[in-house]
Amino acid sequence: MGKTFSEKILGLKAGKEVQAGEVVTVSPDFILSHDNTAAIIKEFKKLGIKNVSRPQKLVIILDHVVPASSEEYALNHKTIREFVSEQKIKNFFDIHNGICHQVFSENGFALPGKLILGADSHTTSYGALGAFAAGIGRSEVASLWATDEIWLRVPETIKIEIDGVLPPGVYAKDIILKIIGEEGAERANYKAVEFTGEAAEKFSLSSRLVLANMTAEMGAKNGYFKPDEEILQWLKERAKDEFEVTASDPDASYEAVLHYDVSSLEPQVACPHTVDNVKPVSEVEGEEFHQALIGTCTNGRLEDLEVAARILKGKKVHPDVRVLVIPASRQEYLLALKKGVLEILVGAGCLILNPGCGPCLGAHQGILAPGEVALSTANRNFRGRMGSRDAQIFLASPATVAASSLEGRITDPRKFI
Amino acid sequence: MKKGRVWKYGDNVNTDVIFPGKYTYSVLDPEEMARHALEDLDPDFAQKVKPGDVIAAGRNFGCGSSREQAAACLKYAGVQAVIARSFARIFFRNAINQGLPVLQSGEAVDSIEDGEEIEINLALGKIETKKGVFSFSPFPESVSGILEEGGLIPYTKKKLEKNKERRC
Repeated sequence: MGKTFSEKILGLKAGKEVQAGEVVTVSPDFILSHDNTAAIIKEFKKLGIKNVSRPQKLVIILDHVVPASSEEYALNHKTIREFVSEQKIKNFFDIHNGICHQVFSENGFALPGKLILGADSHTTSYGALGAFAAGIGRSEVASLWATDEIWLRVPETIKIEIDGVLPPGVYAKDIILKIIGEEGAERANYKAVEFTGEAAEKFSLSSRLVLANMTAEMGAKNGYFKPDEEILQWLKERAKDEFEVTASDPDASYEAVLHYDVSSLEPQVACPHTVDNVKPVSEVEGEEFHQALIGTCTNGRLEDLEVAARILKGKKVHPDVRVLVIPASRQEYLLALKKGVLEILVGAGCLILNPGCGPCLGAHQGILAPGEVALSTANRNFRGRMGSRDAQIFLASPATVAASSLEGRITDPRKFI
Repeated sequence: MKKGRVWKYGDNVNTDVIFPGKYTYSVLDPEEMARHALEDLDPDFAQKVKPGDVIAAGRNFGCGSSREQAAACLKYAGVQAVIARSFARIFFRNAINQGLPVLQSGEAVDSIEDGEEIEINLALGKIETKKGVFSFSPFPESVSGILEEGGLIPYTKKKLEKNKERRC
């Protein structure tokens, strides 16, 4: 019997043959943390040792509340900077770089076949580049810093075959929302999700990141795409380490194989207050909202901003809607700037914010008041996530958010394509 | 283990309603964290919860963010254990790592009524409710060791000390 990608990587790391269900002790290749590094440092200090065991494995990226919006956040950042300098951590990215998952990827840490653990649930993103990447908690990160080892259960794998050709106006975000809506928020709990199929294999890196990122919303431990030539090319000048592409064997054993044909897929919208409460846009059209957000680790790359700009070019957003645009990273910001994408968005009345998590987790930069409604390209719409518990959040693709911003109500973007 | 009053909730109780994101980097004090526990799900909870109380919930408890404060704030609020039909993966690890027992038993959850007093025996893997006694699989040794030490940090600390002694 062949092995799945996850069995292979965890087996390689554990130094033995393993099967889904086994518990292994492993050392990751890289360990990510962000603003929560301050809390991790606090735990680390309780361990009674002075130094991080493998400082070269740590990647610390400030993104959650950047620049600091209060004295407390400022103190957190200061604590982190001092620790970075004291422990000689070279992979540190201060507040001007962007969202951790984008920055981690574009700086060549997310590599095929690597084992990456991060103190963030959307660490699953790096599966888009063929890595085994999973989210863990802060105590585990502190403990990893000290011992360089952790126990992990080898996950069963769900294979999702995505076939067909995406119709105009329908994007990767619509596919993953459709899948989560059909399968439910818990379908992949403790499991790996592997994407294959003729449509999936053609996806750009940006689109792959959307799907891998949102496997977290199905409960997945990790997501996976087999990297193609274009991605290997992209990695060539960025890779921070040598790597080897690893993929599942043709006769690997899967917990389930699911099929999706996207040829007749409609744009999808996740309705309040769960990500699996998904409806086709035709069922929620006309829903009024107050704030739009185009950005986040899910949909803040050039590809997303370009889609929005094509729809908003030469037009003005609805006067009753505030449209926030947050490029995922400084690199993506610069690309969008050079291509004139940001000029179009600003011209249409959008407000461009600095790369970072922005209001996605309700900490700053566009908090919702009671009774307000947001339409966002983010990955989560839980009650209270963007501010008031009496606010509502709808999730959609950048195209749907851009088109809806023109009308001031949820709109089918296909009219504008 | 002592008896505890049950707070019963539904499916998909997520980390944002357990401990809102807006507090994750600003509220660090245990007592203050406890005051925000379950704030966006049940504003009564933090005011009325008593040490030893138990949360019983449906599927996918703790889904969403990796923020460990979601487990920590429940522990700081005095919750002795969470019983659920199922747990989201990261929350499950975080709870153990905070020394908060997380017990998976759909049968127990079905039987338990909001507000009733139940008794949990971790060592025997038993939950005693008004309607009967339900079992859950006891934790494997690696996990129970962490729980016994009160969480991963004290567990790792002890391990590091032992390694050091061995080297001396």
